[in-house]
Amino acid sequence: MKEKLVLIGNGMAGVRTLEELLKLAPEKYDITVFGDEPYGNYNRIMLSPVLAGDKTIDQIMINDRQWYIDNGITLHAGKKITHINRVRRQVETAEGEVFEYDRLLLATGSRPFMLPLPGRDLPGVISFRDIADVDTMLETAKSYKKAVVIGGGLLGLEAANGLMIQGMEVTVVHIADVLMNQQLDKPASDLMLNELQAKGLKFLMSHETAAIEGKKRVEKIVFKNGTEIDTDLVVMAVGIRPNIELAQSAGIHCERGIVVDDTMQTFDPKVYAVGECVQHRGATFGLVAPLFEQAKVCANHLAQMGIARYVSSITSTKLKVTGIDLFSAGNFIGDESTEDLVFKDAARHVYKKLVIQDDKLIGAVLYGDTVDGAWYFQLMRDGTDVSSIRENMLFGQHHIGDSGHGATNSVDGLPDDAEICGCNGVCKGDIVKAISKHSLFTLDEVKAHTKASASCGSCTGLVEQLLASTLGSDFNDTPSKKAMCGCTSMSHGEVKNAIKDQGLKTISDLMVALDWKNADGCHSCRPALNYYLLSTWPDYQDDPQSRFINERVHANIQKDGTYSVVPRIWGGVTNANELRAIADISDKYNVPTVKITGGQRIDLLGVKKDDLPKMWADLSEAGFVSGHAYGKSLRTVKTCVGSEWCRFGTQDSTGLGIKVEKMTWGSWTPHKFKIAVSGCPRNCAEATIKDFGIVCVDSGYELHVGGNGGIKVRATDFLCKVVTEEEAMEYCAAFMQLYREDAHYLERTAPWIERVGLKSVQAKVVEDHENRKVLAQRFYESQERSQDDPWAEHAAKQRENYIPIKQVG
Amino acid sequence: MQNWTEVGPVESVPQKGSRVMTTPDGDVAIFRTSSDEVFALFDQCPHKKGPLSQGIVYDKRVACPLHNWVIALSSGEATGPDEGCTRSFATKVEDGMIYISL
Repeated sequence: MKEKLVLIGNGMAGVRTLEELLKLAPEKYDITVFGDEPYGNYNRIMLSPVLAGDKTIDQIMINDRQWYIDNGITLHAGKKITHINRVRRQVETAEGEVFEYDRLLLATGSRPFMLPLPGRDLPGVISFRDIADVDTMLETAKSYKKAVVIGGGLLGLEAANGLMIQGMEVTVVHIADVLMNQQLDKPASDLMLNELQAKGLKFLMSHETAAIEGKKRVEKIVFKNGTEIDTDLVVMAVGIRPNIELAQSAGIHCERGIVVDDTMQTFDPKVYAVGECVQHRGATFGLVAPLFEQAKVCANHLAQMGIARYVSSITSTKLKVTGIDLFSAGNFIGDESTEDLVFKDAARHVYKKLVIQDDKLIGAVLYGDTVDGAWYFQLMRDGTDVSSIRENMLFGQHHIGDSGHGATNSVDGLPDDAEICGCNGVCKGDIVKAISKHSLFTLDEVKAHTKASASCGSCTGLVEQLLASTLGSDFNDTPSKKAMCGCTSMSHGEVKNAIKDQGLKTISDLMVALDWKNADGCHSCRPALNYYLLSTWPDYQDDPQSRFINERVHANIQKDGTYSVVPRIWGGVTNANELRAIADISDKYNVPTVKITGGQRIDLLGVKKDDLPKMWADLSEAGFVSGHAYGKSLRTVKTCVGSEWCRFGTQDSTGLGIKVEKMTWGSWTPHKFKIAVSGCPRNCAEATIKDFGIVCVDSGYELHVGGNGGIKVRATDFLCKVVTEEEAMEYCAAFMQLYREDAHYLERTAPWIERVGLKSVQAKVVEDHENRKVLAQRFYESQERSQDDPWAEHAAKQRENYIPIKQVG
Repeated sequence: MQNWTEVGPVESVPQKGSRVMTTPDGDVAIFRTSSDEVFALFDQCPHKKGPLSQGIVYDKRVACPLHNWVIALSSGEATGPDEGCTRSFATKVEDGMIYISL
């Protein structure tokens, strides 16, 4: 018989836990849900748009009643649980019905805090929490004129905005002199106050309410300073309190909320709790993102997988209050140990403040221009050393980092037919429609449904912005860490550490040890795992089935299923004999297209798979090795002619390029890796848009890192200058090895450097001489096993894999 | 009556991999899963005709090498929000030998 799981609270956190649980262990439990409200599960965050008339209740339902039926869940909507008997493991409804449980999940949420004022029970005094409150407000707006909102926080301002749109005259009463004082400082609040006043809202700042008065219903509010104001409706939005009474009455340990540990378990091991009702390590919660993370962790334990831990992290609020953009995160007030960077342009209504401590960003408030919110948030979460970008960081990422999308910065102003994803031709309207229609919450869901950002990924930031602005309000589904893929909740970093710490040597060992959800993994994690194992253990046996086709057959697949073949041409320097051999081989295999590549190589396109091994054997015989044009590996070393021929050349750039290519070829890297050597600062080899670039000068060699052409051109960062060729090569080996060990799979050097900071790379490669030598040594050792030509090997031993298993007819 | 054609020994197809069988009507991809189940699909993704035989195989699915559509090996149907279907063929294994019904 299945175990019984009872969920008390039919809100977002509880139901999200069920959704996660159904993904992990769909057959484990008989599930029963109790909810106070007579509806399915709706998105409480979207009540503001309902009040403002932008959405209907139907549009904000996440799971209708059919969903519960489809998943075999019994829903008691409108039934209130009044008693928990933990000894008998039973819950009891107000009507006296009794239900049994094996596991109990509390997601009782929170309720608005009602100020203990005289007159608070008068008709016309309400909170802003559920559909019933919204109905009352809409009803009142039809027949009355004046409204007062007590509380100038996020919820209060959204309520005030909605009531104003419904035609009421609205005054916001706030006890402090800073609006949204959880999210804003005084200068940002003042800017917002001005704009909201211009829209027609009235404010009474630093006013404390003394009493609410009226005969049959509310008529006026009296303040402690003796003044008063007439009103027909009072909305209290002064904060929320966790609903803990039910848990408390059952003897479950509560403080401000129901106390849970890192596994979301309460004091009673049979009872779990998630959402706004819980208190975790002293903190309570009011935003959606942490609730969803709790749901994931809790589901993991309910499914008895037992590996996830909830770690609360800095949360950010990016919100749109009445069309006003603001973003805040972390410690944005600061103290004596912190430094502020402040930008203010009152005429443009823009204010930005960044708080820095020990060279790290720890807090941010943005008002009016929030485009860079996500970037600042990332810097905070990664703890990036910002000392090298400090002077420009206030002006935003496009003044510093360039590894993202270029031209378009803000999606809000774009028309519906603006193309967001250029790879798959997905427009803004398609994405917005998919988000609303399918109730999408995460980037992965949008990717799956629309294909936007599913190819090259350069529009990921834009899609995230669309998610934020479509879901609106304080929604921000930025998890504190990004899971590698749907097969695990672990991030790339955690998996890499586990490989080392637990000594995991094969993909199947790893999947067992780390509780992979799918026994075989998937097409996204397997190549990553194969790379991590390969770059960690020298004796790892490569798994060809976990490689993308291009790396499995050492050639690039083309749209028609044929392949392209690129032989290595060291430093881009060739001769008549080599060219003759390539010409003969092209004739022999009827190669339809011969093309010079951007990396100074020759690309033979349109080769049939069966011909690959034969062609490679011929190329081998002519002295060629694989060019790795297909791999996450060293691609090419591009050179200019240098001092040998050029009248401006300062050093032998072709000679050095060939040496560097002989040293680095055959190495696997997290993403493709390109090198160039230019013979003088005119830089004809374009070394400053390569992963590693050398620019020769009269006195030595300038070394540059982290550049790329491609999706968004990013010029390199200057690493350092060295005097000799030998040094240039050692630095190159050390830098490549650091990248191989430290970057995530499919992370190019540009985003990797922006994530860890140039300073940390310089510290390990330039300043620490000992460490550089150790890194370079590890690179050389790994290369001893990597420089066997895969073409020669496949042509000799693996021809079978390239020909049909059988031919019929 | 099904007409079984002999394909080749199971071991000649790599686990979590595929080999192609050519026929007058086009290529057929023969898949072998990690649990040694054998499936056969017409070797064209319903999306842009990518050769499914060259994709990464996991569970009973294959990810197309061109644009990562994920196709169910048993039915040839695209999974997830993608919609499309490619022809599938019945297979059986007897004494370590794969047979297909074309």
